Amino acid sequence: MPDVIMPRLSDTMEEGELSRWMKQVGDEIHKGDVLAEIETDKATMDLEAFDNGILEQLLVVAGALVPIGAPVARIGDGSNIVAEGAAPAAPAAPAAPAAAAPVAVAAAATPTVIPPADTPTPATPTAAQTGELRTSPLARKIGREHGIDLHTVAGTGPQGRITRTDVDRAILAQEAAASAVPTAPRAAAPAAAAPVAAAPAAVSADSVSVPVSRIRAVTARRLTESQAVPHFFLTNVVNVERLVAFRADVNESLAALGTKISLNDLFVRASAVALRAHPEVNASWGDGVILRHDHVNVGVAVATDDGLLVPVVTDADQKSLGAIATETRALAGLARTGSLSLAQMSGGTFTISNLGMFGIDSFTAVLNPPEAGILAIGAATDVPAVRDGVLVTIPTVKITLTVDHRVLDGAVAAAFLRDLTILLEEPLRIVL
Amino acid sequence: MNTEVATTRTITYRQALNETLRAELERDDKVFLIGEEIGVFEGSYKITAGLLEDFGPDRVIDAPIAEEGFVGAALGAAMLGMRPVVEIMTINFSLIAIDQIVNHAAKMRSMFAGQVSIPLVIRMPGGGGQQLAATHSQNLEVWYAHIPGLKVVAPSTPADAKALLTAAIRDDDPVIFLENLSLYSAKGEVSNDEQVAEIGKAAVVKTGTDLTIVSYSRGTTTALEVARQLETEGLSIEVVDLRSLRPLDRDTICASVKKTGHAVVFEDDWLSYGIGAEISATIGEGVFDFLDAPVRRVAAAEVPLPYAKSLEKAALPSAADLARVVREVLNISSTPNDK
Repeated sequence: MPDVIMPRLSDTMEEGELSRWMKQVGDEIHKGDVLAEIETDKATMDLEAFDNGILEQLLVVAGALVPIGAPVARIGDGSNIVAEGAAPAAPAAPAAPAAAAPVAVAAAATPTVIPPADTPTPATPTAAQTGELRTSPLARKIGREHGIDLHTVAGTGPQGRITRTDVDRAILAQEAAASAVPTAPRAAAPAAAAPVAAAPAAVSADSVSVPVSRIRAVTARRLTESQAVPHFFLTNVVNVERLVAFRADVNESLAALGTKISLNDLFVRASAVALRAHPEVNASWGDGVILRHDHVNVGVAVATDDGLLVPVVTDADQKSLGAIATETRALAGLARTGSLSLAQMSGGTFTISNLGMFGIDSFTAVLNPPEAGILAIGAATDVPAVRDGVLVTIPTVKITLTVDHRVLDGAVAAAFLRDLTILLEEPLRIVL
Repeated sequence: MNTEVATTRTITYRQALNETLRAELERDDKVFLIGEEIGVFEGSYKITAGLLEDFGPDRVIDAPIAEEGFVGAALGAAMLGMRPVVEIMTINFSLIAIDQIVNHAAKMRSMFAGQVSIPLVIRMPGGGGQQLAATHSQNLEVWYAHIPGLKVVAPSTPADAKALLTAAIRDDDPVIFLENLSLYSAKGEVSNDEQVAEIGKAAVVKTGTDLTIVSYSRGTTTALEVARQLETEGLSIEVVDLRSLRPLDRDTICASVKKTGHAVVFEDDWLSYGIGAEISATIGEGVFDFLDAPVRRVAAAEVPLPYAKSLEKAALPSAADLARVVREVLNISSTPNDK
C-alpha cells in the first residue's frame, strides 16, 4: 500500500512541519483530498492524496518536523488500520532499541557498557535531514553565547549531533564572513540598524532563550548567507513635498472607489519604473554570470508576529498605482495570517523595506539574496529650507540602497538612485 | 627536625595499611583491632602481620566467625569511647553484619540526639578477578554509600590507604573502609610523616582537557593506564579519583567535567543503580550546560560473577572497554587493538 510522503514544496525546503492533520484514520480518501497542512520554510501548504483508499495509519503526530521523502501516513484498503495512539512520536528516527541495561543472564561474557540510545544507527544525517535538532548542551550554550542558529549548523557527532566542534566551526565561519564585509563607498554615515539582522545578544544570567519559529530560522540562515555578499550602501535625501501632495490628490479621487494608496505604494511603483529604466539594477549574481531579469518584481518586507516575510508584487512596472495598492494590502494581510503561497513569495527582483511608520530616520537593509538591491525607506521628516527668502519646512525622506557589489558598481547604482529620487520628487512621472 | 632527609618510601598498599594500624595502635590506646583470624594468622591478607605479637590479645582480638556478633561488640565499645577497627574478611561477609552497620552504627548518633558518637572503622576488601566465584567477588560499596550516617572511603594508592585509614580511625563517625584484593600488592610512594586525609575530597590524579574519567579504588589504576595510553594518541584525559564515596565530592567532579565537556565513569560494581549512576546524575544536575556528549558508564556485566577464568575476565570491566567507550564519547573511531 502506498505511503504518503513529505513532498518537496520549495527549492530551499529541507523538511516540513506537519502542522495539522485534516483527515483521521479510517477516513475514506479520494485522490486530491487534502490530508494535512504542511508548514515549510516559506509557507503553509496543503498535502494532497495521490491515491484513493482508506487512511490506515498516521505515521507522525501533528507538529512533527518531517524530512523530505519520509512517510507521514499510509493509505490502503482499510484492512490494516492502526489506531492513532500507535503513531510514533518521532518521525524518521528508526525505532531505537530500549536503552535499558542488558540484564539477560546469557550476556554473562560482556561487561555492561550501556550504549547511548543513539549509537545503534550508523548513519549520521544532519539535523536538517532528520528533522530533529540533536545538539549537546554545550553546543547549545556556546551557540547561544555567539548568536549561532544551530539549525544552520551541520552536526558531525553520533546521529548528526551538533557538538562543540561543529559550533566552533560555525563561529569561525561567521567571523570570516563578518570580516569579509567590503569597505565599499558609503554615501551615508555608518548606519547601524538593519531591519532584521539579529546581533548576538549579550548573555547574562537572566537571559532567556526564546525558541525560534521556522520563519525566523530561515530568515537567520538567509541573512547570514547574505553577509557573505560584498555590498555597499548609498543614501539620498528625497524632498517628498510633492509626493505627499500627489498622494492626497490621488486618494481624493480614489475615495469614491473605496481605495487608498500609501506612500509605500508610491515607492513600489517608483522603484519599478526606475528599475525598468535601469535593467542593470534589476539583476542578480548567478554563480559567475549576472542575470538580468525580464520582469520587474518588487518584494515588500512585511513584519509578522512570526518574523519577516517578503511577498512580491509581480510586474510592478506594468501595474497601476491602484492595482499595486490593492495587491500589496492583500499580500500583507496574507503574510500576517501565515497564508501566503510559495508563488506569492517567489521571483522577486528587488525589495523595499520601510520602517518609516516607526519613525526611523534612516537605516541600511540587509540584502535579500539573490537580489542585487534592497531599498530602505525612513520616516518623513520636516527640515527647514529657505524658499523665496522665507524660512519654510519641507518634508523629506532618507532612502538607502544596499547593493551587491558583484553585480553593480557605485556609479551605476548611484545613477539608479538619482533617477529614483527624481521620480519621487516629480511624482507625476511615476504614473507616466 | 631534619628536613633534608628523604621523606617518602615506596611500599605496598598492604604495608601502608599495616604501618598505619601500628602507628594508630601506638598513638592511642583506645584503638583496638577485632576480626576473624587477624591475630595468630595475621589476617587472611596479612594486613595485621606482627600486630598481635607487639600489642597483645587485648588490642588485637581474634573473633569467632560471627560477623554480626563482633561488629556489634565493636559498636558497643565505640559507644563507650573506644576506637575499634574491625576487619571483615571480605565485603561479601559484611552482609551478615549489615543490621549492625545500617540500623545501629549509622543511626545511633541521630537517634540518640547526639549523646553518643560511633568512632568505628570497618575495613573490608572487595573486588573480583581472583577466581573466588560469585559470592566472594562482589563490589557492594553502593550498599553502604547509600546510607546517611556512614562515611565510605575507597583508597586507590598506598599513600591514600595510609592517609584515609588514619583519618578514618580518628573520625568520630562510623567509616566503611573499602580495600581491593587486587590492590594489596600495588606499590607507591608513601610519606614517612603522619598524613591525615580529609574524608570527602576527591583528587584529580591526572589532568587533561578532552574528557574526564571518574573512578575509585582499583578502577582509578585502570583509568590512569588508559589515560596514559590514549595520551600517546593525542587525547588529553583527566582522571578523578573519588577516594570517598560518601560524602561524595561533587564539586571536584563537576569542575573537571565543566572543563572537559565529556565524562566516562569506570566502576567495578554493577551498572544498574551503581556508583556511575550517582556520578552521572551529579554531572547532569551540576554541569548540564557544559556537556558535549552523554555521560557514559563502564561497569561489570550484570551477572553473578562467573568462576571460570575466561568468563570472569570477560565479565569484569577492562581497560579495553574503557578505552573503547572513551573513544565513542569523543566520537573517534576505534583502533583494531581495542577489541
